[in-house]
Amino acid sequence: MNRRILMASAAMALGLAFGGGAQAAGMDKVKACFVYVGPVGDGGWTYQHDQGRQALIAEFGDKVDASTFQENVPEGADAERVLTQMALGGCNIIFTTSFGYMDATNAVAAKFPNVKFEHATGYRRDSENVSTYGARFYEGRAVIGTIAGRMTKSNKIGYIGSFPIPEVIRGINSTYLHAKKVNPDVTMSVVWAYTWFDPAKEADAAKALIEQGVDVIVQHTDSTAPLAEAAKTEGVIGFGQASDMKEYKPSPRVSSIIDNWAPYYVKRVGALLDGTYAQVDSWEGIGAGEVEIGEITDAVPAEVKAEAEALRDAIGAGTYHPFTGPINKQDGSAWLADGVTAPDGDLLGMDFYVEGITGDIPK
Amino acid sequence: MLVLEKRPSPSRFWQYATPVLAVVLTMLAGGLLFAALGKDPFVAIRTIFWDPLFGEFAFYLRGQLLVKAGPLILIAVGLSLGFRAGIWNIGAEGQYIMGAIFGAGVGLAVFPTESRWIFPVMIVAGAFGGWLWSMIPAILKTRFNTNEILVSLMLVYVAQTILSKAATGFLRNPQGMGFPGSRNFSTYPAARNVELIAGSGMHWGVVAAFIAVIAAYVLLQRHMLGFQIKLAGQAPRAARFAGVQPTRLVVMCMGISGALAGLAGIFEVSGPAGQISIDFASGYGFTAIIVAFLGRLNPLGILLAGLVMALTYVGGEMASTNLGLPSAAIQAFQGMLLFFLLAVDLLSNYRIRLMTGRAA
Repeated sequence: MNRRILMASAAMALGLAFGGGAQAAGMDKVKACFVYVGPVGDGGWTYQHDQGRQALIAEFGDKVDASTFQENVPEGADAERVLTQMALGGCNIIFTTSFGYMDATNAVAAKFPNVKFEHATGYRRDSENVSTYGARFYEGRAVIGTIAGRMTKSNKIGYIGSFPIPEVIRGINSTYLHAKKVNPDVTMSVVWAYTWFDPAKEADAAKALIEQGVDVIVQHTDSTAPLAEAAKTEGVIGFGQASDMKEYKPSPRVSSIIDNWAPYYVKRVGALLDGTYAQVDSWEGIGAGEVEIGEITDAVPAEVKAEAEALRDAIGAGTYHPFTGPINKQDGSAWLADGVTAPDGDLLGMDFYVEGITGDIPK
Repeated sequence: MLVLEKRPSPSRFWQYATPVLAVVLTMLAGGLLFAALGKDPFVAIRTIFWDPLFGEFAFYLRGQLLVKAGPLILIAVGLSLGFRAGIWNIGAEGQYIMGAIFGAGVGLAVFPTESRWIFPVMIVAGAFGGWLWSMIPAILKTRFNTNEILVSLMLVYVAQTILSKAATGFLRNPQGMGFPGSRNFSTYPAARNVELIAGSGMHWGVVAAFIAVIAAYVLLQRHMLGFQIKLAGQAPRAARFAGVQPTRLVVMCMGISGALAGLAGIFEVSGPAGQISIDFASGYGFTAIIVAFLGRLNPLGILLAGLVMALTYVGGEMASTNLGLPSAAIQAFQGMLLFFLLAVDLLSNYRIRLMTGRAA
């Protein structure tokens, strides 16, 4: 199944049904509003979305009012209320920047057909005015996995997972595959923190991993706590997550995977201004600039750095796909044949580990 | 100089006046805080306290006040009974979560059966879940004399972990493509906690909150248990002589507060929240403690306090989106309310005197 093609045909059908005229006229001024799951100062996920919001102001100046945002919005009834207030308050386009807002976004969008809704990392687009967008973070994970595999001396990599959802599992698989590729002796332990942002829990997870002999920590949680923990033990390194986390340079933070939402936000608001806006299901990666690899510090040998950058550039150019066969699933059954790249449908619903990772995904 | 003099008995006037004074002081101090952040304090205070009730979007926000206040009142009424008797259930948040999981579990287990019995059974299951979770600290206290404050609080964290497991595991939507979160009850009419009058915000949970207020009022005024609760709080020794069994009182008070918190949970998950999700717990159980004290542990007071608290949430959100106030400032503003309440509480138990000359 290819979601993009499905999406394109759905959009076309809608376009035909409505004569394509609904969005033909541009707008003089767009009010863009943002709903955040954390505080803008979290230094990670929400911070990066807010950087994207500020990029709108820098790009469009007076033609956009992007001053309206709400931090720390819990999902459920509270999100619905905030969205309704924003729609009533004259927002033209509302970005809901966390998976948990999916149902609320679709519920409110149905009531306000003239307001555009953009939901990050979700998959439901119940009405014509809901678009979804995400980023191919697994592309960045491939680069980080390569560095991790080269850098580990104990051959043990630790991975702090947030929740066992497809996005996180994709990251784990991508990291492992690329670490293994450059270092066949590598093993990886995954610890589930069951949180996106909880410095205390993340620090505990990092501590437990270090005690097991892990010397490279990869995190899919948003605080800097695992890096702070890594800094306490000589020879342990880690990576910035969501934002650069440059305060831990040059070590333990040897590189980072950065979410850059600015290109997408600028594109969508620009489309609304010039009248070319249409519903999309966007999933871009390194190539479109939505996933960036932060500076690889001098703690990493030059040849490893060059190798990682070459991989990054190959992915960005589209000449290499991080999930290219032969790849087996954890139970040994075949997933991708030699030379075959993973279809997006498989990636979006990924609920299995690849061969070689020990442990089970919590069910 | 000023001295404090203990009153022979708490002042009735100040008992009623302190919550109002606390709200006024919060407005003043909050205004200063907002001014320090470079916002017009009058506009900010008006946005928080006036606009949700009488502003441009009041038609929508008034209903939202009920949605927000319903669970707060329901939980706070239960807590107030124990608090009056000196039984400190701090873990209502955990009981709220467990009520939601039990109730939603029943509903989801029979999906997609249509029967008018499903929703009532879910409500009973929700109350049972909250009751069960509150029985752990209650029985540990009565059997082993553990501290119910600590045990009930710690069980909140256990409940949160179970919630994570539910959202990502045993209650996860099988058609959710592996993402966390249960099915949404808005797609399951038989198990849906509907809005009773469209646009009013009135749902069964709000109705239950009003019933709880009336029931608690009657209990405290007319019922033997109410008398025992009040006596145990005011004069524990006298209570024992009057035949109050402390064990029974602990089990009753913890059980009632747990069951009401569980009810709040099931009404929330099947109505406004719609689904079991990782972030389902949004702190109602903790905020209800503030509401209980703001309402002087009195059912009618709690009704008002719940509405005021809801106002600070809904209005605070408006101030945050429309005026660009950071959400941390709104949280600090809400915290001030409890702070000032506790501070001015001094006035009901003490008298402030201006003394001339030297104090000994």
